[in-house]
Amino acid sequence: MKTTFQGYRRENGRVGVRNHVIVLPVDDLSNAAAEAVANNIKSALAIPHPYGRLQFGADLDLHFRTLIGAGSNPNVAAVVVIGIEEQWTKKVVDGIAATGKPVQGFGIELHGDHDTIMRASKIAREYVQWASELARVECPLKDLWVSTKCGESDTTSGCGGNPTVGDAFDKLYAAGCTLVFGETTELTGGEQLVAARCRDDKVRADFMRMFDRYQGVIERHKTSDLSDSQPTKGNIAGGLTTIEEKALGNIQKIGRVCTVDGVLDKAEAPTHPGLWFMDSSSAAAEMVTLCAASGFAVHFFPTGQGNVIGNPILPVIKVCANPRTVRTMSEHIDVDTSGLLQREITMDQAGDKLLDMMFRTANGRLTAAEALGHREFVLTRLYESA
Amino acid sequence: MIHCVLHDPNDSVAVVVVEGMKAGTRMTGLVLDQDRTIELDCLQDIPIGHKVALKDMAVGDTVIKYGVDIGKVVQPIRKGTHAHVHNIKTKRW
Repeated sequence: MKTTFQGYRRENGRVGVRNHVIVLPVDDLSNAAAEAVANNIKSALAIPHPYGRLQFGADLDLHFRTLIGAGSNPNVAAVVVIGIEEQWTKKVVDGIAATGKPVQGFGIELHGDHDTIMRASKIAREYVQWASELARVECPLKDLWVSTKCGESDTTSGCGGNPTVGDAFDKLYAAGCTLVFGETTELTGGEQLVAARCRDDKVRADFMRMFDRYQGVIERHKTSDLSDSQPTKGNIAGGLTTIEEKALGNIQKIGRVCTVDGVLDKAEAPTHPGLWFMDSSSAAAEMVTLCAASGFAVHFFPTGQGNVIGNPILPVIKVCANPRTVRTMSEHIDVDTSGLLQREITMDQAGDKLLDMMFRTANGRLTAAEALGHREFVLTRLYESA
Repeated sequence: MIHCVLHDPNDSVAVVVVEGMKAGTRMTGLVLDQDRTIELDCLQDIPIGHKVALKDMAVGDTVIKYGVDIGKVVQPIRKGTHAHVHNIKTKRW
């Protein structure tokens, strides 16, 4: 396995594999101005989203943590923040500024869209031209943070796509990388297997506390056994029958050797290398957005029936072992490991094939989702706005 | 040609991995990790990705995949037939 990749080393020492200048709205009202700035300044990337007003408590904390985390991600070179109000805008700016990267905020009130767009565009132009001269440098593999989450899974995910990620995760773990998985409710039926993989009793207790809390959410709100939504209609069409079967396929992604070294709250950044569990939704765009906000630079996304998700900040590498999906949705698939199911390749070879694509992606190759323009940025909400 | 795969030698179901599996086919099943195969007759058309039963199962039986419990049988299942939401349900939620 290669031991280095070509990345962008940021002011705080973290390494990114993309060099985005983003225009980040604090709230739904600021999307129009953010998109206008990105339209004015070529290669600046607006990241619109529908939230940020009248949230409070833990839900508001998560909103800020997600936006600050996204702006702080090492795949981002510089950030223009636009919010309706100065104060919350400044909070996001100050959070991102802690990384040392260029960031400037603009409040729309007392200015209007026209003036805000003009002032923000001037800064965005400076950032884009500055970033365009940053060069990739050789970085050790251990500086690469890799996340995983699967989607539109079917039974081939458990046989082929997910174990491919597991094999790659075992190899990256041994190389000292920082890794994360999540999808709390999609571990239902396999939670004891994850608990058994935790490094020590404290991590195990933390994991089970998060697992049990999320089970409580399901119990409080469910009107059935969730067989209409978990497994999803797509999962069932693909042959998955129960949540337990889906979960056991899901946890193939964490390999066989590496241990769960810690747990993270949503959008929380890891503090040391190893494999982390992040308490999260199992909805694809929510989970991948949380991974981006936690600082991950490359994402492994195994799919069976063909999920098309991407993310504006985090390159999403699609892995598929279903020969029908590889044939019918080839433009979405980066790594085909369907040969596993015909004994044409070994698991070791499948893992290496994914790692090869990881290095190519880290070095600059656009993923299928990037080339197709998939930029799903979906904020997790904890409860109603005030 | 591998027609279906199973994770653990004790599994009671296997995953069909070819398109257009027809009743009457003599199936070859790959036991993942063991590099050995099993044989069984397919008694029903089964879509790719869906499961075939590797043994007869009665209502209330536990279905085993990955060597562990993935749910309960709610309609009798014959070896070689389609095993899915019409005859298996979750034990959770």
